[in-house]
Amino acid sequence: MHSLIDFFSFSDPNVRYVVVGNVLLSASAAMVGAFILLQKKALVGDAVSHAVLPGICAAFLFSGSKNTAFMLVGAFITGWLALVAIDYITAKSKIKKDAAIGLVLSVFFGVGMVMMTYIQQSGNAAQSGLDHFIFGKAATLIGSDLIIFSILAAVLLVVVGLFFKAFTLVAFDRPYAQALGYPVRKLDLLLTSLTVLAVVTGITAVGVVLMAAMLITPAAAARYWTDNIRRMVGIAVAFGMFAGLAGAYISYTAPSMPTGPWMVVVSSAIAFFSFFFAPRKGIVPKLYTQRRNQRIIAEENTLKIFYHLGERTGHFNGMRHFNELTGAREVDKPLLEATLKRLVAQKLLISQGDQWGLTDGGWRKATRVVRLHRLWELYLTSYMNIAADHVHDDAETIEHILTPELERELEAQLGYPDKDPHDTEIPKI
Amino acid sequence: MIAFWIILTGALVAVTCGLLGCFLILRKMSMVGDAISHAVLPGIVIAFLLSGSRETLPMLLGAGATGLLATFLIEYFHRRAGLQTDAAIGVTFTFLFAVGIILISAFAGKVDIDQDCVLYGEIAYVPIDLWVTANGTIMGPRPVYILSVVLLVVSVFIKLGYKELKLTSFDPAFASALGISTALWHYLLMAAVSFTTVSSFESVGAILVIAFLIGPPATAYLLTHDLKHMLAITVVLAIFISFTGYWMAYWLNASIAGCMAVITGGCFVGVFSIRQLIKPKGSQAITNEVMA
Repeated sequence: MHSLIDFFSFSDPNVRYVVVGNVLLSASAAMVGAFILLQKKALVGDAVSHAVLPGICAAFLFSGSKNTAFMLVGAFITGWLALVAIDYITAKSKIKKDAAIGLVLSVFFGVGMVMMTYIQQSGNAAQSGLDHFIFGKAATLIGSDLIIFSILAAVLLVVVGLFFKAFTLVAFDRPYAQALGYPVRKLDLLLTSLTVLAVVTGITAVGVVLMAAMLITPAAAARYWTDNIRRMVGIAVAFGMFAGLAGAYISYTAPSMPTGPWMVVVSSAIAFFSFFFAPRKGIVPKLYTQRRNQRIIAEENTLKIFYHLGERTGHFNGMRHFNELTGAREVDKPLLEATLKRLVAQKLLISQGDQWGLTDGGWRKATRVVRLHRLWELYLTSYMNIAADHVHDDAETIEHILTPELERELEAQLGYPDKDPHDTEIPKI
Repeated sequence: MIAFWIILTGALVAVTCGLLGCFLILRKMSMVGDAISHAVLPGIVIAFLLSGSRETLPMLLGAGATGLLATFLIEYFHRRAGLQTDAAIGVTFTFLFAVGIILISAFAGKVDIDQDCVLYGEIAYVPIDLWVTANGTIMGPRPVYILSVVLLVVSVFIKLGYKELKLTSFDPAFASALGISTALWHYLLMAAVSFTTVSSFESVGAILVIAFLIGPPATAYLLTHDLKHMLAITVVLAIFISFTGYWMAYWLNASIAGCMAVITGGCFVGVFSIRQLIKPKGSQAITNEVMA
């Protein structure tokens, strides 16, 4: 608790640098990442982050020192070249995007490795710590780096803000953007440059491998909470900032812990939570809806058995044995028992020992389902010209879905019919 | 002799990866190899902590387990949560890699592994890693034996499952109509990729594994439409790359894995440029129009 107060009072200038740096880096990466994700280029960040290695080495060879600005320029150039190479390969040959990304990634990194060994043999004393640029060391952020990062983050923020509408359009509907006269290829190039910029700024904090996560993990998580792109970008930035803050805090309380990997683990945790629990799109809510629909279908089908038995015997309010029910329709027995219990609880059925009968409410509901089924069968035969013996399966599904409005519409269109295509009565309530 | 062992190791990895890579490329799943080769990090750290040594078997088991976990998670998020494949890959492998680095930092005193070794590997140490039998006979480098077995297993796998792999890669719908389980063959292929990646990365590093998985097959893919020819060209290229890569590294006194990756890129660029130059005029015009 004490460390929490210490941390958030930001009294230690070191803490201030690391926190501000982390938050800026992750926020700007997440913002650009949202557009990359929507363009289905999520792994491009991985390629760029590996491709900066030769640029960093070249900058080091050229300047002979670990000057941050030089390194960033070198990294930017090779990162950019890598992206252009990926686009060129995919546009000019039958090689697909994924293969182009993997190829460019490994070859550029290979070039970097060769240059790295050359630097190591050159014996330049300044080379030690060069690998911080590759593997990341967020905790070593210092004041002058922070200024560079702030400028870069601000540039990213402003440019994305200015071109927000254009990027959105290109991400969702490329041909339409083209038709409207947007310079689609120039916008692609701009987004490419922004991606490289975000990667280059972030790489010193989290390293080559984890940079891909900074770009896309917050965006992938945000995608599960909204369908609105403005909100999605906002949520992604918020997730990214939180991860940056959490990473800095963890490595502050446990100094042996690396900041970058913790940032990635935190944002992955947010993403996993979103994949599972985000309303509507998450795995659990989806399963829940599925389960509920299955229950409703099982209940309505069970009520229908009672109705059909009623039609056969001429009276709807009699009590039925379990065997009678299973004889009328092919059903899974344990499922039927569970469904019967639920229907009794809903007061749609009454039970006496091992016998069940429809209540008034149950009869009404059963009648409605049968009615919808038969109306739909009639609709299919008279409007879609489908043979009467082919319409049952379709009606079996749609009877659970049709709304009262559609029911009225169907009835009106069919001229308030009495008989379905099999010449059985369409019941009225 | 050193040169021979290193080139042989490189060629074994390159051929094994290339054969599997052909199918990955056709299935548009190349980056899964990238994911697996990074995702093995936490597996080897845990295996190291549990076994307390750098014995090959626990390492392979640990790495194989997290490699398969990665493919499973990717598939799970893609199928169940409807996450786009590339994002599923990116989120999964970075998460596992981050966990690996955290484990290394947490047990810094006990773990003699760092992330460089996963990325770079050290093929130059292969000739030192000798297999010595109980009575003292030196049988040659251990990785060569391990990788030969892997190559054998992968070749048998492709030979036996050729028809199924081909069908599920080109026309999954037709394959399932014939009663071939696409999911089964997906996981079999993924298991083979994990197995190969895991046994190769110790000697050549994750980056070169990716280069070998994608480079030779992609180059071969430019040259032919026939899967059998593609596999054959890949094998030839793989051996060529290992050979020239080694001598380039020897000549420049540079990283061997790096040079092999550079040669892989060189081969691709060469074939790609030739294809661009001798492309029939008509199709070029069409591409230009589409581009404009």
